[in-house]
Amino acid sequence: MEFKLFYHFGRFLLMLKGMFSRPENMRMYWKELMHQCVEIGVGSVGIVFIISLFLGAVTTVQTAYQLTSGLIPKSTIAQIVRDTMIIELAPTMVCIVLGGVVGSKIASELGNMRISEQIDAQEIMGINTKAYLIAPKILASLITIPALVIIAAFLGIWGGMQAGQLSGIISHEEFMQGLRASFDGYNVFFALSKSYTYAFIISSIPAYYGYNVTGGALEIGRASTTSVVVSCILILFADYILAAILL
Amino acid sequence: MIEVINIRKSFGDKTILQDVSVNMEPGKTNLIIGASGSGKTVLMKCMVGLIEVDSGKIKYDGQDFTAMDDKEKKPIRQEIGMLFQGSALFDSMTVEQNVMFPLDMFSKEKYKTRMKRVQECLDRVNLKDANKKFPAEISGGMKKRVGIARAIVLNPKYLFVDEPNSGLDPQTSLVIDKLIKELTVEYNITTVVNTHDMNTVMESGDHIIYMHEGLKQWEGSNEDIIFADDQKLNDFIFASEFFQDIKEMRKMEMFRDKGWRAKKDGDSPSKT
Repeated sequence: MEFKLFYHFGRFLLMLKGMFSRPENMRMYWKELMHQCVEIGVGSVGIVFIISLFLGAVTTVQTAYQLTSGLIPKSTIAQIVRDTMIIELAPTMVCIVLGGVVGSKIASELGNMRISEQIDAQEIMGINTKAYLIAPKILASLITIPALVIIAAFLGIWGGMQAGQLSGIISHEEFMQGLRASFDGYNVFFALSKSYTYAFIISSIPAYYGYNVTGGALEIGRASTTSVVVSCILILFADYILAAILL
Repeated sequence: MIEVINIRKSFGDKTILQDVSVNMEPGKTNLIIGASGSGKTVLMKCMVGLIEVDSGKIKYDGQDFTAMDDKEKKPIRQEIGMLFQGSALFDSMTVEQNVMFPLDMFSKEKYKTRMKRVQECLDRVNLKDANKKFPAEISGGMKKRVGIARAIVLNPKYLFVDEPNSGLDPQTSLVIDKLIKELTVEYNITTVVNTHDMNTVMESGDHIIYMHEGLKQWEGSNEDIIFADDQKLNDFIFASEFFQDIKEMRKMEMFRDKGWRAKKDGDSPSKT
């Protein structure tokens, strides 16, 4: 088991190393990067919108439920929603969901290309497929996922405010007051550090599994599932490590 | 010329290729035939560099391909065109974009010039009104033709074709065989075809290599194959009565046309 882990880790590092080469045609690489930005970034806006809106709303309602003491001002709810969304829910929860959405897409796309010999066809043409197929996916994730996390944080907080108002838990003024109170910019840096780390995990791990698929349709499915599971575990592991180091 | 010199390849304990040496004749259609599992696909993949050999050399015009790193292999790879068994067309691209892809990647010509070349190739393989279709919308035979168009778009020096007739009806198979043969002559390409199809062997093979259990069992022309006395080759190629009859007919034709005589039945021919 340990040897298998080292074997995969070694091959993963070799895959990353293989990505760094001079592009055959910069215009084609740029086109592919933009295509991936649309696929990964724009394609995930819908799911990010829904998740973050409800995460914020639920956080407001559940925080209010737990704050039973009249001594604590209601604006504290907004503070908790803000910090929870920025520090944890927007980066971690959204990236776990994106790990499923984006990760399975990357693994199955590359897996299908491998099985149907499309990757071999490009290799024979003299194209570095690691650089042309994997690097744009990782780069596009590093560009778009932190942006999605920022959007998620805003939407979550907005969703929390709307839920608070609709259920009569907290007024708009009280919520805004709480949002402005003792805001620490470092939390945004922390959230971005997390999102860059997760973006790398949810693009490179599925790319590794998809690129190295052997067999048929069943193996593509397996690779896709394994990549999502491994990505989620690594996200949670990285979550703890980053919290321990940066907080 | 492609020279394969003593190559060996094993996967785990299983030896697939055992000291295979063969020269692919330039400007001709070289066929690799053999039963499933005989190592012909591995041999072809070794030749194009998709599989690394355990030992031995593969030389393209005297340059040792096996000793090169990926960067050094690039110029040779750009002289190689390959048609895969499943055509390996890019699903997300139209027929036109598939053929255009190698040009987009490697050509510095303007879009109009590139497009003209794409159209020339599609016309050459007789594909009309399919430019905007996706691979999922065209038939198996059309996919093969798109694959051929993509393989020749950069004017390759070497063309590799893996099982061109798999999944095709006999009529379409003949069209594809004819097309490969014509392109080989027209562009003076060194073509290497991996096949099971006996029609291909009889009709288009200039130079035939028979693989058996990882060894090169026999080598010769499609005329020689009629008179070959290798039992394993005969068992493979003339397995059906139909092809035995064809063999006899071809023998008779050759004796008649070339004025050959046989010393006794089954002997190799000698000219009178």
